[in-house]
Amino acid sequence: MELAQFVKDFELQFEEVEPNSITPDTIFRDIDEWSSLMALVIIAMADENYNVKLTGDDIRNSKTVKDIFEKLKVK
Amino acid sequence: MSNPFTLQNKTILITGASSGIGRATAILCAEMGATLFITGRKESKLNETFTNLSGSGHQKLVLDFENEDAITRLVAAIDQLDGIVHSAGIVDNVPFQFIKQKALDKIFNLNLNVPLMITRDLIKKRKLHSKSSIVFLSSLVGVGKTYYGATSYSASKGAISSVIKVMALEMATKKIRVNSVCPGMVLTEMVDNLEAISSNQLKKDEKENYPLGYGTPEQVANAIVFLLSDASSWITGTNLVIDGGASIH
Ligand SMILES: NC(=O)c1ccc[n+]([C@@H]2O[C@H](COP(=O)([O-])OP(=O)(O)OC[C@H]3O[C@@H](n4cnc5c(N)ncnc54)[C@H](OP(=O)(O)O)[C@@H]3O)[C@@H](O)[C@H]2O)c1
Repeated sequence: MELAQFVKDFELQFEEVEPNSITPDTIFRDIDEWSSLMALVIIAMADENYNVKLTGDDIRNSKTVKDIFEKLKVK
Repeated sequence: MSNPFTLQNKTILITGASSGIGRATAILCAEMGATLFITGRKESKLNETFTNLSGSGHQKLVLDFENEDAITRLVAAIDQLDGIVHSAGIVDNVPFQFIKQKALDKIFNLNLNVPLMITRDLIKKRKLHSKSSIVFLSSLVGVGKTYYGATSYSASKGAISSVIKVMALEMATKKIRVNSVCPGMVLTEMVDNLEAISSNQLKKDEKENYPLGYGTPEQVANAIVFLLSDASSWITGTNLVIDGGASIH
């Protein structure tokens, strides 16, 4: 499991962000398109691509994209 | 004067009685005088409900409805009924573009096919008395109010809310009534299992969308008992919304 790939997978879920504009340190709640639906999308993407079940609280307790990746890694 | 709200002299089947709404309904039905046949998947949880039933003569059967012979075993074990409450069910919370065929099949099987097949077999085997009442657990999502990630769940509940009308129509000649209750959010194990939703989101949802706050299993059970009793003898084909005012907006 690689951080760079996860950041790419994360970014791919958004429609309106510039390619390569999301980094590990991006505070995802600051992305205009972020919403409670996007939280569900990220959870479903992690399940589909990484076979890992994140929870809503995992997302809530994260600030950056890297924080989510760290939670993914330990599951 | 006879009390139309009583369940005395009625035998009622309740699925999903090991937890949440099914358990609260079983406990209340027994208090109202019914004799029960309860089912659940987990034996210890079903026993816990069973020991809390007042009155006597109740029966229980542990069944996993994902097993092929479960319905046959259930129908064979039942003698005669005056009511059914289909409370066994599951939920899923995945955005539309991520839904999987397998998960969709599972939720349709447990939430729709199983309760329909149980009812069909009981009717075919003439195990439902005339004037019986059948209550399905639909949901607010079954009648058009919905939320993110509810594709497969609302599809299964929408099917329930629609099929009860056909059943009510066809079963009227036998004087059997068919209704559903459509609860809003009730904090049960089912909601605990919705892990994709954070506890904070639930608090916010309750505050913003529920004038009377979230409901309890007992509040839903009260409405189910009404639909099982003769007090609702002129009500059939109805989706009864119970949601603390959530659908007012
Ligand atoms: N809670 C809500 O907010 C809400 C709102 C609207 C509608 N509803 C509906 O109300 C019904 C009851 O929900 P609840 O909140 O009481 O949920 P719950 O506490 O999770 O109870 C679900 C019941 O279904 C049983 N069940 C699940 N899978 C089964 C299987 N494969 N075979 C046999 N039994 C199985 C469970 O058995 P075990 O516990 O033994 O595993 C449990 O008794 C459901 O149809 C649900 O869709 C709930």
